[in-house]
Amino acid sequence: MEQEKIAFLEEKARALRVSIVKTLHKSQSGHTGGSLSAIDMVTALYFHTMRHDPENPGWEERDRFILSKGHAAPAQYVTLAEAGYFPKEDLMMLRRLGSHLQGHPDSKGTPGVEVCTGSLGQGLSMANGMALGLRLDNSRSRIYVLLGDGELQEGQVWEAVMSAAHYRLDNLCAMVDANGLQIDGEVKKVMNVGPIGDKFRAFGWHVIEIDGHDMAAITGALESAERTKGKPTVIVASTVKGKGVPRFEHKASYHGVAPNDEELNEALICLGCFED
Amino acid sequence: MKATRDAYGETLAQLGEQDRDIVVLDADLSGSTKTAVFAKKFPDRFFNMGIAEANMVGTAAGLAAVGKVPFVSTFAIFAAGRAWEQIRQSVAYPKANVKIVPTHGGVTVGEDGGSHQSVEDIAIMRAIPNMTVIVPADALETREAVKAAAAHKGPVYIRLGRNKVPEIFNDDYRFAIGKGCELASGNDMTFISTGLMTAQAVQAAALLGKEGISARVVHMATIKPLDQEIVLKAARETKAIVTAEEHSVIGGLGSAVAELLAEQQPTPIKRAGIHDRFGTSGKADELIKYFGLTPDDLAEAARELLGRK
Repeated sequence: MEQEKIAFLEEKARALRVSIVKTLHKSQSGHTGGSLSAIDMVTALYFHTMRHDPENPGWEERDRFILSKGHAAPAQYVTLAEAGYFPKEDLMMLRRLGSHLQGHPDSKGTPGVEVCTGSLGQGLSMANGMALGLRLDNSRSRIYVLLGDGELQEGQVWEAVMSAAHYRLDNLCAMVDANGLQIDGEVKKVMNVGPIGDKFRAFGWHVIEIDGHDMAAITGALESAERTKGKPTVIVASTVKGKGVPRFEHKASYHGVAPNDEELNEALICLGCFED
Repeated sequence: MKATRDAYGETLAQLGEQDRDIVVLDADLSGSTKTAVFAKKFPDRFFNMGIAEANMVGTAAGLAAVGKVPFVSTFAIFAAGRAWEQIRQSVAYPKANVKIVPTHGGVTVGEDGGSHQSVEDIAIMRAIPNMTVIVPADALETREAVKAAAAHKGPVYIRLGRNKVPEIFNDDYRFAIGKGCELASGNDMTFISTGLMTAQAVQAAALLGKEGISARVVHMATIKPLDQEIVLKAARETKAIVTAEEHSVIGGLGSAVAELLAEQQPTPIKRAGIHDRFGTSGKADELIKYFGLTPDDLAEAARELLGRK
């Protein structure tokens, strides 16, 4: 892909990181680390890969995105707002009573959210169902689903991994935001899920392993997934929890903690907000 | 005599012809749940999900999210029990248009024993917001309930049974979700029953009739939303209620009726059902006796209640 497009996506992701920390600072509740690790992939999906129409969220031929690791909702919300699904002012109501921006994605209220997630391990099953249903309709729409690496500890995920390969769902692409951390610490110490790629390969998936913050690698992997026929693709993306703000990086303690005033200020400096 | 699950398989196959959006999922029990009848006719729209109920329910939610009308079947214990949180999160919370229709509900599953006899499913389904819960009494009502569920937008749980059950209704019957049905008039007491217990209640009312006790029978196919009007009317007019269900007395029809009466029309009530126990192996008719669910048991409950009046 041309350098210009990559630079455009990188700048989008930077701006969305700013939006994530501002949104979480305002709500004083929510998941900072996993939103920042996932945002590069979410950016690539909404501003490059997916066919979708923010003016018409129900457009039948759209590609669909499911955030199976629903606690990274801020990453999806800021992206949907940036794309134009709803006003950016709504972000300041995150997690407030009466807001459509629930703590975890809720398809009943938020334009652009396809299903309800938040209880881990269920998104891939729903993605499979969408892929099966759209294939019945001979639709060319594709389904993208983002999981966490800690989430892979849920048994239902492996039922769904088995099922997607069995039904040869090549209109489905799963992405694993492998930031290596979960609430209680390192994934490999809490309950090792590795080697992730080998496990998916053994189940019959096409596996692509990338750096989840390398925009060219992300878009390239998504294109490779689209070309892959006869089996589902998983992009196992190595990421850094809290990416972009050194104070938050590699820290399980920022899993479910929103930035305070000082942390917000530091984050905005790190994200290049005061350079001019 | 016909099993409700047989009526289900036939009705699904009929509906499949009329509506191309109907899809069916099963977890390796399609021969028992009778979804195999649909599978044979519409192989492209039938998905065997293997022995993996949680994923089956999630997959159904995804199918519903792209406009399909999924029917999901397995045994009641695995549908409601194993996949409870998937039903809550992926189906009921988003109001997904998924129909969960398990067979082999209750103790009349028989020989397979307590591991396979779901006596809690109505309670745990009823507790979930947005969920409709239906327990048909016979084959004809099953057919009508399945059609009504297909036409209804949103999650529905229909509990079916394993064994042949007597016919209660004829072709004139008009089923509606949320409506109870008076099968016998009476003024001394009322049986409010669901599922196969309605046939037992009708017989119990006949036994009482011979003793000069005039018993009303209300069949309550829909446990949620409950037909409050028919319950309150029975309470006002007969002043004694015996509920009957092939399910725990905790959380099912008996609880639903007792909750309503306690708040709006305090009335003497007895709940016939499974009293906080698991099932056990045996023949279906032996188990009905063992758990105190025969017409004689129901009639005795009515006599005791009338003694307190």
